[in-house]
Amino acid sequence: MKARKVFAKAYLWLVLLVLYAPIAFIFIFSFTEAKSLGNWTGFSLQLYKNLFTGSMQNSSALLSAVYNTLLIALIASVIATALGTIAAIGIYYLRGRKRQVMSFLNNIPMINPDIITGVSLFLLFVFLGVSQGYTTVVLAHVTFCTPYVVLNVMPKLHQLNPNIYEAALDLGATPAQALRKVLVPALRPGMISGFILSFTMSLDDFAVTFFTRGTIGLDTLSTFIYTDARKGGLTPELRPLMSIIFLIILVVLLVINIRQSKQSNK
Amino acid sequence: MNKRSSWALPYFIFMLIFVVMPLVMILIYSLTDGGGHFTLRNITKFFSDKDALSTFALSIEVAIENTLLCILIGYPAAWILADKRLNRSAVTVVLFILPMWINALMRTLATAELFTMAGVQLGKGTLLFGMCYDYLPFMIYPIYNQLSKMDKSYGEAAADLGATPGQVFRKVTLPLSMPGVWSGIMMVFMPTVSTFAISEFLTNNKIKLFGTIIQENINNSMWNYGAALSLVMLLIIGVTTVLQGGGDEAEAEGGTV
Repeated sequence: MKARKVFAKAYLWLVLLVLYAPIAFIFIFSFTEAKSLGNWTGFSLQLYKNLFTGSMQNSSALLSAVYNTLLIALIASVIATALGTIAAIGIYYLRGRKRQVMSFLNNIPMINPDIITGVSLFLLFVFLGVSQGYTTVVLAHVTFCTPYVVLNVMPKLHQLNPNIYEAALDLGATPAQALRKVLVPALRPGMISGFILSFTMSLDDFAVTFFTRGTIGLDTLSTFIYTDARKGGLTPELRPLMSIIFLIILVVLLVINIRQSKQSNK
Repeated sequence: MNKRSSWALPYFIFMLIFVVMPLVMILIYSLTDGGGHFTLRNITKFFSDKDALSTFALSIEVAIENTLLCILIGYPAAWILADKRLNRSAVTVVLFILPMWINALMRTLATAELFTMAGVQLGKGTLLFGMCYDYLPFMIYPIYNQLSKMDKSYGEAAADLGATPGQVFRKVTLPLSMPGVWSGIMMVFMPTVSTFAISEFLTNNKIKLFGTIIQENINNSMWNYGAALSLVMLLIIGVTTVLQGGGDEAEAEGGTV
């Protein structure tokens, strides 16, 4: 048993080591000045300094890409959370055929690869003659995020006692009050995980943004990196930027999970 | 009571516009020419386009190999993670999902750079291993989910009735974990066929996958042919989904943080 355990642990750590090699690589080489990745010219914090003081080549383009990425992710996941939660409540009360149709449609964006979602929405916008930019990117992100909100809220509805909502109405609450004071608190954990999932998927998206951003020069981090890499040579300041993003996410996820496992141990 | 079911209506309308209509657009554009007249030329063009056909075959081949590689590496990892006797820490699970939160293009570029530094020629080998880096978490997570939900008493019952550990795995654990494996396959196979940026970076533009061809056509304003190629992808998705049994298992992938 003991040998099995050692073997199992060694396997896990080996896979993790391989998974993290590229990330560690970026992290290590964020502490040197060399222009190209993989070229070590001695320890330096110059890239971090450039990033924070904005004194680098195309710094405004990079900063606006970061800003766009965060703004689009925030707007899209707020809309997706609202739309998905309301939809989940509706689907919960649907029966038979209608319910099947809704969950079938809800599955499509999750099964479709990004490129199909991107190309199909691109053709729709072209067909309708809509000029593409911020709005179309946000709508596209809402499209692929909302199904995950629905899936995360649904189990909370199944756990909810439907009589509580009715009781609130009987006791004189208006439907809006009952929604705010009874339903939303009960569904909140599902809404939060749906929101976080939407936010991270929107942050990481490349293909859908690529096809729906139009020609107005709108860049998110992903499309910026793509164009940058195709031009040959990444902007070196992307290395410290990625390292910082990674550390923030690592801390947030660890805190959430440690808190969760403490709660479930109680 | 039933009035509340009407809350599904806004989302239904939203999906008609942004999910159903776009797919209809792919159909319309692939069956018309530039002037909007009906034609089958885009479809027949694909079947006589040697370049597209060989890229298509290569993409399917790479996707199958990548999916198998991910199962081969990912299944044991998910199995160990889900086994309470071998792994008790939730943090290890988080460590496996964490790379998904780092920009995939940036990770891929770093991977390609690592290969170059190690003196490995960029080509099909690096493409496979690089893709496996990118998609492994998507295989591990659904399988892990399925395995940790599984009722352990089935396996114990089988062992009590005289099954060897190998038999318990083959006849109980593996069949019960199949929905997770299918979710993983859906999340790895189709995206691999359709990647474009990732394959370009990992092979220094030497190997094109199907996604790149679609992207090139769309970006060069060959919308109708691009739509026809997308239609081919949609058909494969349909076939895979039906084979998998309706896509209900997609619910198993509904990840939480």
